Amino acid sequence: MAFTDVLVNFWPRLLHGLGLTLLLTGVSAVLAAAISLPLAVFRTNASAKAQLPLRVYISFMRGTPLLGQLFLIYYGSGQFRPALQEVGLWTFFRDPFNCAILAFTLNSVAYQIEILRGGLMGVPAGQIEAAKAVGMNRLQAYRRIILPHTYRIAQPALGNEIILLMKGSAVASVITIFDLMGETKTIFAKTFDFSIYLWAAVIYLVLTAVFVRAWRYLEKLLNPHLAGHAPAGALHPVMGMR
Amino acid sequence: MLELFSFGDTGWGDELLAGFGVTVALAAVTLPVGILLGFAVALASMSKNRVLRSIGIGYTTIFRGVPELLTLFTVYNGAALILNQIAKAANPEAGFVELSPFVAGVVSLGLVFGAFSAEVLRGAFQALDKGQIEAGLAVGMRPVHVFHRIKLPQVWRFALPGLGNLWVNLVKDTALVSIISLNDLMRMTSVAVGFTKKPFTFFLVACLAYWAVCALSEVVAAKLEERANRGIRRA
Amino acid sequence: MRLTRRLVNFAAAAAIMTTCGLAGALAEDKVVRIGTEGAYPPFNFIDQSGKLAGFDVDIGLALCEKMKVKCELVAQDWDGIIPALVAGKYDVIIASMFITDERKKVVSFSDPYYIAAMTHVVAKDSDIKEFTDATLAGKTVGAQSSTTQAEYIQKKYPSADIRLYKTQDEANLDMANGRLDVMVGDFLPMYEWTTKSEDGRCCALAGDAITDPAFVGEGVGMAVRQEDNELRQNLNKALADILADGTYKKINDKYFTINVHTMKKD
Repeated sequence: MAFTDVLVNFWPRLLHGLGLTLLLTGVSAVLAAAISLPLAVFRTNASAKAQLPLRVYISFMRGTPLLGQLFLIYYGSGQFRPALQEVGLWTFFRDPFNCAILAFTLNSVAYQIEILRGGLMGVPAGQIEAAKAVGMNRLQAYRRIILPHTYRIAQPALGNEIILLMKGSAVASVITIFDLMGETKTIFAKTFDFSIYLWAAVIYLVLTAVFVRAWRYLEKLLNPHLAGHAPAGALHPVMGMR
Repeated sequence: MLELFSFGDTGWGDELLAGFGVTVALAAVTLPVGILLGFAVALASMSKNRVLRSIGIGYTTIFRGVPELLTLFTVYNGAALILNQIAKAANPEAGFVELSPFVAGVVSLGLVFGAFSAEVLRGAFQALDKGQIEAGLAVGMRPVHVFHRIKLPQVWRFALPGLGNLWVNLVKDTALVSIISLNDLMRMTSVAVGFTKKPFTFFLVACLAYWAVCALSEVVAAKLEERANRGIRRA
Repeated sequence: MRLTRRLVNFAAAAAIMTTCGLAGALAEDKVVRIGTEGAYPPFNFIDQSGKLAGFDVDIGLALCEKMKVKCELVAQDWDGIIPALVAGKYDVIIASMFITDERKKVVSFSDPYYIAAMTHVVAKDSDIKEFTDATLAGKTVGAQSSTTQAEYIQKKYPSADIRLYKTQDEANLDMANGRLDVMVGDFLPMYEWTTKSEDGRCCALAGDAITDPAFVGEGVGMAVRQEDNELRQNLNKALADILADGTYKKINDKYFTINVHTMKKD
């Protein structure tokens, strides 16, 4: 049937594109997670003056289109090629994949900082005081009490951010990367068969659905105390609060 | 370097400003379309009718889960085909029904905005105090009045932060229409780059323009929130 | 609700446009809309005052004069240029489009209005002398997407790192800044770029001109919808007229030093 023809003929390319999309999303998300944590701690605790450059950065990343940021890095670096070559950075910027990872990571860091900040501020004050009272130093308090709570609170929002990152990754196709979107465009250019767009949409939806399932499962793992829903008025067995 | 941005035949200032106008126009036209769609879908998702509920949930799942760029391409390439087939079926001698990139942009961004705002509005509706609705009905208000005088003002207050966020995202997403060659700010910037070979300069200016609009929007949204929350006691 | 009113308005507009379209088809002073890319100097580009210009544009306007119709120019992104024609956004594509069998499945072509070849472009200090799949394996090779050049590099150099760009300008940009080792483009625009433009001075044409008919087809033609036979015949007649009465030569000489209709000096 004509509708599935395009899938039958081009599935290797689509699979390759899918792999690239997953790689782009995964690498950017992990890098951003690593970078955003210390920055989020800084953002929550440092003085307003010290935070200013960081806040400007966050505002810029959240206030400008990802496409613009991508063009700025990819084509903009081309404008500075001689300078970059002198510093030896040109080989990095030469590859569109690297430029995309850089743009997506920088973008996601800004959003993740704000999400983690929400998580950090949501840690019950009493627990932080208790940690101090028991004699934990800052690092221990963070490692054992604050960060686990932070990630538990931030986990749904972080999942959202990863999904948005995956959808945003489609713009990588504009700088010659053959991710899922890029392959889709190429296949349409060859065949003028409209159904390829619908199949691409299905693939993205399946990706999202699988990820949401997996993330919800992760949420269950992080919240064992909420499993087997406690009745509405019950007190928490350990914490003594709702 | 400033002459690059001058108005008139040798500078790009007027072209960029025109593109900026298209960007703002696109966002401004999409907003009401998206909000109306959002209301319709939110109400559908909360209805007692199973079919309506599945349509609502299906719609939000699809348009929140598919990349905006893909939605844009699909609408742009496909809608024209479908529209014309309908037109030809109705009247074989029919002339052409145009789907300009602007309309394609409004439709696709509106569909996406509708899906996200449906979720925000649904949350707002579900946060309403049932007691107030019952009281309204008890005093003899008809459901239309209850909606208009009790539900809507509170839904507006609850949904405002979420809708403000979605507006900012909408403004940024309009940049995608440059890829279907609508002459918005991003596209005019690309044209200027093609001529002047100064990508960093021009893309930086474009980003700053978007940044300005988003920052301004956040200020306006904050003011609106302040006004909507007047008289409300906070914990 | 506003939504239903919008639908009624849309239906009314569609009905009006239908009758107007019908009336327009019967009217004497028909408007022919020409679709072109506007990003392919010197054939079609947007000049600094924001208007479409170039060899293709000039030829198109000359043909319209001969056909005694009014012409409108419409700019369209290259990737969508054929779907937009089929959908009816304009009536003819005059945008340096090669006549190929693949494209003939979807549209019809006029007689060729110029002949073209493709060529490789490399940096002036490049050490790539031969162009085969083996010598280009792993190198970055670029072209504009949805073009015969893109087909060529994808078929001939599958082991290379292929890059496809939305416009020729973007490909040129990456060639100039060194991201591409090799670029494949149409002969004339590449010649213009490497000899006349500032950033093109980085690079030079290389290798033999690519004239394989499997890729360059019968030449460059004007595309119309498959059912618009009358328009196609009118275009062919007008083309023959401007070739005969010297209008073509005038436009040709404005841009090139050789006769592009025959690819010979005269």
